[in-house]
Amino acid sequence: MNPEAKRLPPAKSVGVRQPLVDGVEKVTGAARYTADLAPRGALVGAILRSPVAHARIRGVDTSRARAMPGVRAVVTGEDCAIPYGVIPIAQNEFPLARDRVRYCGEPLAAVAADDAATAQAALAAIELDLEPLPAYFDAKSARAEGAVQLHEGKPGNLERAVEQTFGDVDGGFAKADLVREHAFHYAEVNHAMMEPNAAVAHWDAERGRLTLHSVTQVPYYVHLALARCLQLDESAIRVVKPFVGGGFGHRTETLNFEVIAGLLARAAGGTVRLELSREETFLTHRGRPETDVRMKIGLTKTGAITAIEAEVVQRGGAYAGYGLVTILYAGALLHAIYRVPASRYHGFRVYSNTPPNGAMRGHGSVDVRHAFETMLDTMAGELGLDPFAVRRANLIDAPHRTINDLQVNSCGLGECLDIVERRSGWRERRGKLPRGRGLGMACSHYVSGSAKPVHWTGEPHAVINLKLDFDGGITVLTGASDIGQGSSTLISQAVAEVLRLPMSRLTVFANDSVVTPKDNGSYSSRVSFMVGNAAIRAADEMKRVLVAAAARRLEVSPDDVEWNGEHCRVAGTDRELGYRDVVTEALRDAGTITVKGTWSTPPETQGGSFRGAAVGTSAGFSYAAEVVEVEVDEDTGMVRVVQVWVAHDCGRAINPLAVEGQVQGSVWMGMGQALCEETQYLDGLHVRANLLDYRMPTIVESPPIDTSIVEAPDPNGPFGAKEAGEGSLSAFLPALTNAIADAIGLRLDELPASPDRVLEAIVARRRAERVRRTAKAAAQEAD
Amino acid sequence: MAKRVLSFVVNGRLREEAVGDSTLLLDLLREQLGLTGTKRGCDGGECGACTVIVDGRPQLSCLTLAARCDGAHVETVEALAAGGRMSALQAAFHEKLGTQCGFCTPGMIMAAEALLRGNPAPDEATIREALGGNLCRCTGYVKIIEAVQAAAAAGGGR
Repeated sequence: MNPEAKRLPPAKSVGVRQPLVDGVEKVTGAARYTADLAPRGALVGAILRSPVAHARIRGVDTSRARAMPGVRAVVTGEDCAIPYGVIPIAQNEFPLARDRVRYCGEPLAAVAADDAATAQAALAAIELDLEPLPAYFDAKSARAEGAVQLHEGKPGNLERAVEQTFGDVDGGFAKADLVREHAFHYAEVNHAMMEPNAAVAHWDAERGRLTLHSVTQVPYYVHLALARCLQLDESAIRVVKPFVGGGFGHRTETLNFEVIAGLLARAAGGTVRLELSREETFLTHRGRPETDVRMKIGLTKTGAITAIEAEVVQRGGAYAGYGLVTILYAGALLHAIYRVPASRYHGFRVYSNTPPNGAMRGHGSVDVRHAFETMLDTMAGELGLDPFAVRRANLIDAPHRTINDLQVNSCGLGECLDIVERRSGWRERRGKLPRGRGLGMACSHYVSGSAKPVHWTGEPHAVINLKLDFDGGITVLTGASDIGQGSSTLISQAVAEVLRLPMSRLTVFANDSVVTPKDNGSYSSRVSFMVGNAAIRAADEMKRVLVAAAARRLEVSPDDVEWNGEHCRVAGTDRELGYRDVVTEALRDAGTITVKGTWSTPPETQGGSFRGAAVGTSAGFSYAAEVVEVEVDEDTGMVRVVQVWVAHDCGRAINPLAVEGQVQGSVWMGMGQALCEETQYLDGLHVRANLLDYRMPTIVESPPIDTSIVEAPDPNGPFGAKEAGEGSLSAFLPALTNAIADAIGLRLDELPASPDRVLEAIVARRRAERVRRTAKAAAQEAD
Repeated sequence: MAKRVLSFVVNGRLREEAVGDSTLLLDLLREQLGLTGTKRGCDGGECGACTVIVDGRPQLSCLTLAARCDGAHVETVEALAAGGRMSALQAAFHEKLGTQCGFCTPGMIMAAEALLRGNPAPDEATIREALGGNLCRCTGYVKIIEAVQAAAAAGGGR
């Protein structure tokens, strides 16, 4: 055997700060994203979008465009009569509008041409005949009596109404020492991942096969939608996900441009690249909806929750998309963070003539968490309790089953609270800062993957294949989409850890449907948990094969083989065998070895049996606590975040470097929503569809984020791990507004806390004080 | 569209390219020269993803007419690795996780490279100012700052 190998200790990969396995490509510019792939000679695709928010389509005349030299294909709603949508029971969107357009920017037609200039000229030559209809840009007007229905059979433009009651709600409020009710309003926000949307579609006319490269988080969903809309056998489609520049939920659903690219390629009989502008990427949307929350909470005088009631109204945009899931999440995740003995939830998902909303980081849970945590803060003040004490009075003691049948098997929130309280100097500094400076805190949580998948096919939730060949290298085949979160690195770490081999023996190959196993995709923070578990099981199986081979060669029982990765030995002796000799033995007679590992959520984590019970279920919940320090300028309304302290319970940090990165990114994205991000429509026209007007924080105003990892291992998690990429987002919003309240005594009922809103609230308060003083003086004079 | 022949140096190599009067440097680099490391993240001057170094200064290639680059020295992210090995700055972004999805990374690195050439030991405020036009949606910028600081401590971008 190789004498070097003998001296190597078994490799340790889990818990190691591991740079990304695809990081070198990213920093050298070698990483190829979808827009970098287009072969020379590919046709250029372009989309014609509706100039109005709601209209009947009387005609789309493409004859002039079709006659133009250099135009190779023109497609309209006539070319696809089959609706698609991420939720099988709510598919009501066409890749190109048919009969009606329902939002400004909805695709109406598309062209493929020899070059971009010709494509744009062709779009300009298409004549639209649209008959305007009344349009609704907020939930209230869409729900009003007499409003035109956006979709048949949806009176009041209600996509979904949810009513869920658990426990004795009225009794709970009656028992409370303090009951408060308050209304909040949240602006719509968008993912604004850095890579604009793009797809490259190739139609093999001889064989009738379609290959699509796209920016998707879920290649499997795209695969299904292409087969459905293009009426192709699923085996005639190949979907490849190259490097993807973020997603945050935008790319969970199949998006219209992906189907349009396929339609164009088939119509043109060739290869089409379809690159969307930043404006078009904003219009594709799927962001967090404009939301109204009315929250009612009952507390005892020691701060224990007795009952909660929430009403949530979401302006969902023109199509169903993920809507029913979002409105169910908002209710379900009122639970599983604190002990709640009784709850009532009313949810209303409303259609509107704005771009469709969808899943966005912290899906459904963010705005309700702000309302919840804000009220805990104000009520703590009224009860004379510290905000930390109120949270501690309601901590979950795992294992715990919530009243809405969510199974919590681990909870490190208590430790998270202790850490941020200590590290922020809360006890010493709170209440002692100068006016204009303040400290606020809040908590949040999230699922590690939905315990029930969207498509209930009976397949395992996750599959990993491993291939071992003559060279001793192991190829990890996965359908899990690394979109920057580091999933390929994590999967590699899990396999290396089990096999005790250095990661240099492994190569991850991901996301090519003709090679890699199907995966349910990168959403709801499922990948680390589910695919991580499948990776462990695949590596266990590979290890079993290798140990059996070593035992054969050493002529002992497998039970006597001590496996140390680069070498193994007969336990209690000096008889050793190097890894390469084991591989040679394993491949003798068998040849190249392929094994797999699968994983599914345990049945007890899959929730109750009431309608909508699947949403919110998870095999493991993450927890976070945050403290935010702010400085508020009362003359300008500017809020500056001075520092953030966050502690996140991820069960076990398989890659602490990546956990920190995910937590910091989540906190920061929460900051964007809390401080400055919002979409805006004028008569349905998106007027902030660029990265200057859709204002996200730059590096200049982004604060230091003191990041602590808490490890409350979950019995179902891979090495005990839970999610790290979403759970600490939503705590930021209430921690910020609670800090503003501490700084200047002002509570905003509306987010973002942009300078105009803050200043308006300050001015309103000053005026109210002046009126009060004047009235008081007048009353004294009258006496 | 009128075209003219442009002579300029890209990543140390003299190039002669026929470009249209309205061709952007970004499109010249990506479409004509195949240097796809430089990214288009927006519709013009919003995000910094296309930052390259022109005559030693960071510049948005999406707001630069190619025709204005006659005689210029243009450097893209592809120029930094020597002999296939990462520069100190690239290594720091890799090791410190200054990159997640990686899409803003080439522009971010080129902006930081230009900074470190002029100021090998910048303080944190200077780093923030120099990267103020480069948006990142993944990191919250914490590890980007750590990466630039680590590269500076390791002897700058070279």
